[in-house]
Amino acid sequence: MVSAQEPIGDAHQSPRSLPESAVAREWLQTMTLIRRFEERAGEMYARAKVGGFLHLSIGEEATIVGSSRALRERDYLISTYRSHGHALVRGTPPENVMAELFGRADGCSGGRGGSMHMFDAARRFMGGYGIVGGNLPIAAGLALASDYEDTDDVTLCTFGDGASNQGTFGETLNIAALWKLPVVFMVTNNQFGMGTSLSRHSAVTDLQRKGESLGVPGMRCDGMDVLDTYAVLCDAIARVREERRPLLVEAVTYRFRGHSMADPEQYRSKEEVAHWRRRDPIPAFGERLVREGAIDEDELKRIDEQALAAVDAAVEFAEASPFPAPETLYDDVYVLSDASRGWYSVRTTEPGGAAPDGAPSDEFSQAHGNDEIPQQMSDALAHGEDRG
Amino acid sequence: MPELRYREALGAALREEMRRDQRVFLMGEDIGVFGGAFKVTDGLLAEFGEKRVRDTPISENTIVGVGVGAAMAGLRPVVELMTINFALLAFDQIVNHAAHIHYMFAGQSCVPLVVRMPQGAGHQLGPTHSHCFEALFLHIPGLLVAVPATAADAKGLLKSAIRDENPVIFIEHESLYGVRGEVPDGEDELVTFGKARIAREGSDVTVVGVSRMALTAERAAATLAERHGVSAEVIDPRTLRPLDLDTILASVHKTNRCVIVEEGWPHGGVGANLAALISEQAFDDLDAPVRRVSGADVPMPYSKPLEDIAYPHEQQIVGAVLDTLGPAAPGGTAPGGTANAAKVSS
Repeated sequence: MVSAQEPIGDAHQSPRSLPESAVAREWLQTMTLIRRFEERAGEMYARAKVGGFLHLSIGEEATIVGSSRALRERDYLISTYRSHGHALVRGTPPENVMAELFGRADGCSGGRGGSMHMFDAARRFMGGYGIVGGNLPIAAGLALASDYEDTDDVTLCTFGDGASNQGTFGETLNIAALWKLPVVFMVTNNQFGMGTSLSRHSAVTDLQRKGESLGVPGMRCDGMDVLDTYAVLCDAIARVREERRPLLVEAVTYRFRGHSMADPEQYRSKEEVAHWRRRDPIPAFGERLVREGAIDEDELKRIDEQALAAVDAAVEFAEASPFPAPETLYDDVYVLSDASRGWYSVRTTEPGGAAPDGAPSDEFSQAHGNDEIPQQMSDALAHGEDRG
Repeated sequence: MPELRYREALGAALREEMRRDQRVFLMGEDIGVFGGAFKVTDGLLAEFGEKRVRDTPISENTIVGVGVGAAMAGLRPVVELMTINFALLAFDQIVNHAAHIHYMFAGQSCVPLVVRMPQGAGHQLGPTHSHCFEALFLHIPGLLVAVPATAADAKGLLKSAIRDENPVIFIEHESLYGVRGEVPDGEDELVTFGKARIAREGSDVTVVGVSRMALTAERAAATLAERHGVSAEVIDPRTLRPLDLDTILASVHKTNRCVIVEEGWPHGGVGANLAALISEQAFDDLDAPVRRVSGADVPMPYSKPLEDIAYPHEQQIVGAVLDTLGPAAPGGTAPGGTANAAKVSS
């Protein structure tokens, strides 16, 4: 059996005390929503409603909710390819997240990004990113902008244990420390970089220490405990906001499901998974709330039912949402303006070059298809109007 | 009209845009205290301070990525990569992030980032430090690509690039930094992307020269006129994305012949792309196959005699033009095929 870090903290009860009831209830609701959403997304994937890769965060909900709830609304959150929960926790409606998985026009990335590339600019969820470690430099850039404009905003940048081996990890932590950028780097240590366990992919397995030589102090939280995650992240974020320098927080957690849906999980034993499932963050928190009288059994049940209903509605919405129209294929490749208009695309032989009805999209026509454009250029621009 | 060196024109563009827009700031290796490896940013640290002129660690991918994030948050970063060779280390941030974010997130965010870098051979820097990579960036939807050959274009295009909402790959040339040229004065003297420059008018053949090769092509055209009685029209596309194909096609319509000159490699190059476009869209205008003059299909050798024959010079362009004019032309040989520097020279 491959080794994995033992769950940390008390297996039965978090040492942290509960927040006020309304807050605790909302955390439970959001964790439950993420869990039910992910389960349903997996089902939809099995039914081929969802394409590509699907990386679920089941088991990691406390790391998502505990950390994000420590942010202010204006703070930036930036995540990875395992990012459905990060969109949901920031308030992106489940309908739009599910529609994105379905590749529909109403998806939160317009059906352009899919599972790995969720985005919600209005809620300062600055994206899921498909390249491991690709989001770290971007996080530093967001934080630089916060400083540049004299705000006290911070950026929370989450990534996995596997990303801590990328060049961008070392480069970004160094530059963030050097320039005193307000970023909390949160490594969500779910024990595996895809199918390679922590001890087999990282020489240093105490990940909170991995930034020390780069001038970034580390902290650790129990990522199976939303209370501990919240408390530690609140501390980290407050320090970063005040001191304007980065911190690294390791959230120790466990991914209950495979890396993606195409994962036979031959790299770990059922016993190991079962061992961690006993620390499932959602029932642990729910039972604690009941035990301490913050909610009753009926409400516990109702929270789950509400999450299921929200997910039902999300699926219904996604099913009903149209696919993006073919003529939108070229939209948003560029921000178009007089200065940047021009010849961007080759015509006639590229796949999908022509919309079935032969009509370029409005934006494209507006930018390129007007009568002032010389014939040769408009031929080239109309990418396929005259194909065949 | 004042005369400036290419590097001074670039520096002036940066200074003017930084004065004009507080959101514009610079990042790069040795751009501040050192004044820039090629002195483009000399003096800017003193004027604008460390907040806006930021010396960076040697971390190309991350420098570009910080630029991506800052641009997404509303700033206008200008990143200098010391040379284009190091852009390979930043390809993930340039391609997967800068170029794709606007599309991938359905227009919710954009990346008004300029990444400047010089390219080019001729200084005996060997295989890892002599690259010409216009074609790599030309390949990528979402990027704008500028290849200024003159001081005026260097300034006008860089100002346009900084004001654009899209990520711009701004490719300078190491051999041009000291070259002087007239530069229009005025803060709003911009050079628009997607408008080619007709460097010399002519009627017998169209010669498209990319980056430094626009200047080499101009010299070749002078030689062709003086010694061979050939009237060559020289076009400098100035930007490759967007590409002003209209101007090139109009010229080919007039001359019926075309030679494309680039310093980069022949396979999958700028010339290969342009030759395909011309054959697709102006086949009936052509009296001879489109010819290409490119760098040799080898890593750049260090030794001076080998380096010299591994990238195009005036003589290869003259030869290719005479070839495309056919046996009737003075000194011409049979047309057809692609000249690269080494083949023509050997």
